[in-house]
Amino acid sequence: MRFTKDHEWVAVEGDVATVGITAYAAEQLGDVVFVEVPEVGKTVAQGDGLAVVESVKAASDVYAPVSGEVVEANAELGDAPETVNALPESGGWFAKLKLSNPAEVDALMDRDAYEAFLATL
Amino acid sequence: MSMNTVGRPTRPEAPNDSEAGFTSLSGGRGLLQDEPLIFELGGWTKTGVDLPDAVAADGALAGLTRDEPIGLPGLSEPEAVRHYVRLSQKNHAIDLALYPLGSCTMKHNPRLNEKMARLPGLSDIHPLQPQSTVQGAIELMDRLAHWLKTLTGMPAVALSPKAGAHGELCGLLAIRAAHEAAGNGHRKTVLAPTSAHGTNPATAAFCGYTVVEIAQTDDGRVDLADLEAKLGDHVAAIMVTNPNTCGLFERDVVEIARLTHAAGAYFYCDGANFNAIVGRVRPGDLGVDAMHINLHKTFSTPHGGGGPGAGPVVLSEALAPFAPTPWVVHDENGYKLVEEAEGVAAQAFGRMSAFHGQMGMYVRAYAYMLSHGADGLKQVAEDAVLNANYIKARLSDLMSPAFPEGPCMHEALFDDAWLEGTGVTTLDFAKAMIDEGFHPMTMYFPLVVHGAMLIEPTETESKAELDRFVDALRLLAESAKAGAVERFKNAPHLAPLKRLDETLAARKPKLKWKPVAPAPLAAE
Repeated sequence: MRFTKDHEWVAVEGDVATVGITAYAAEQLGDVVFVEVPEVGKTVAQGDGLAVVESVKAASDVYAPVSGEVVEANAELGDAPETVNALPESGGWFAKLKLSNPAEVDALMDRDAYEAFLATL
Repeated sequence: MSMNTVGRPTRPEAPNDSEAGFTSLSGGRGLLQDEPLIFELGGWTKTGVDLPDAVAADGALAGLTRDEPIGLPGLSEPEAVRHYVRLSQKNHAIDLALYPLGSCTMKHNPRLNEKMARLPGLSDIHPLQPQSTVQGAIELMDRLAHWLKTLTGMPAVALSPKAGAHGELCGLLAIRAAHEAAGNGHRKTVLAPTSAHGTNPATAAFCGYTVVEIAQTDDGRVDLADLEAKLGDHVAAIMVTNPNTCGLFERDVVEIARLTHAAGAYFYCDGANFNAIVGRVRPGDLGVDAMHINLHKTFSTPHGGGGPGAGPVVLSEALAPFAPTPWVVHDENGYKLVEEAEGVAAQAFGRMSAFHGQMGMYVRAYAYMLSHGADGLKQVAEDAVLNANYIKARLSDLMSPAFPEGPCMHEALFDDAWLEGTGVTTLDFAKAMIDEGFHPMTMYFPLVVHGAMLIEPTETESKAELDRFVDALRLLAESAKAGAVERFKNAPHLAPLKRLDETLAARKPKLKWKPVAPAPLAAE
């Protein structure tokens, strides 16, 4: 699993990357009440808006940590946004992207680097 | 001696110092009844008014004639009056107590304003009347405009915007029109500090701009270096609140204006906090190009459910030609509203409202200006700042001021560092204030301060009232520090309604009341 400074995570299997937000982000957001996931087929570049997550506190954009085409979105979050709080780094995933530039993944932080980054916040 | 031995008891049977655990049988509370929704109170089968039978539509509605009951509640006059008075008893109002919402400026609405607004010549008029029959009202608008221009040191004002955010929209539309007229339509970015009111970026986005945040310094002000780095040929405007939402005066405001103008951008000032500087500082002297003035804050007209807002926008010489219609002109023939975008008004970007704005608020604001005079308005700002600093000074030993250095302006801002380890949050503390009889302060805003508590007493509170408020907060703060978490966790305990589950309300909102089972219309 790789991480961004905007608190997204990426897990790669083959050429497909699953994307979500980290446990730290879910904790900071507070109770998530609404999630807007992207449509399948949408193409995003690294850093583009990928999804929207809204908590009692704030609405935030989730950025695409890597470039690619959306091949699957987690439609269950529509009815059960609380999954983002309960299982941020597994069942609360947002979308799966077919990687267009796999090299981008390697440039992201690993778990240790992300933990070290969190310690600076 | 003959004695009446059947008189009613005049003392409680037992000491009555606690209502813990006591609930009434019906849901009422003391003399306050539990109040259902108005739809639950009155069914469609009864009505409190006696209307003549409707004239048959004769097919004019082309098959759209309603054949189901409309479902409006029918209540008698006393039922309707009681419903709304009971609801009002469960709510807070500036007429009940201090209303310390920071940034909202919930000050007293003077009764003289109300008396003036009810003068028949000002209240019983209509915007479509011939202007010759409402010369006094138009003259009042002209005089109000004169006061606003004089107090701000700006050459033009658009009176018609109907609230603060509407004023922001007006100001940015004028800026956009000015850029487009000068061939600078490519400027698509608006800069705003991280502490900005949420309406600032919302307004900019609504006008088609991209918003970029300006960083804040450790002492709560705009970071000049960051501003300078982000200014450029792509920037249309900056939006800065002064005094800002941290309750601090932007000391570098003149330099902010200079840098902005040097980059070819305009300076929009969010004037929500003008009440802290009115009579003391003229925004025009600071280099501001546009600023809205919340008449419902600085100039004491009702708001917060009590009345419509009004947000006139003052404009600099550069933006004045683009001001929206209408505006007032006068000559030897009298006063006139310029309505058409032609001649001198040819560059007007349009209009902000169908008519001329909130006449009732113009009257109230003008009454406030006349009753205070220029010297009195200066004292308004001074007393607002003095009161906020009194609160800050009296609470700083128990609570943690977000910016301890130096005085604040019109609002005292605390963070939640002092609650660390108590198990009590800003939200808990705010809700516990309700049990003590006080409306909570603004909480969790501005976003740049953790667990923010923003207290704005306004100039209208006496020292005695400020002391009552501070004493209550001190007792609460000591209680939180002493570990009385239970007092806070589910507060309010004594309010008509308890703590809401905001998460559940957002996840599973019930947006519409549905009748149990509407009965069909009875056959005639």
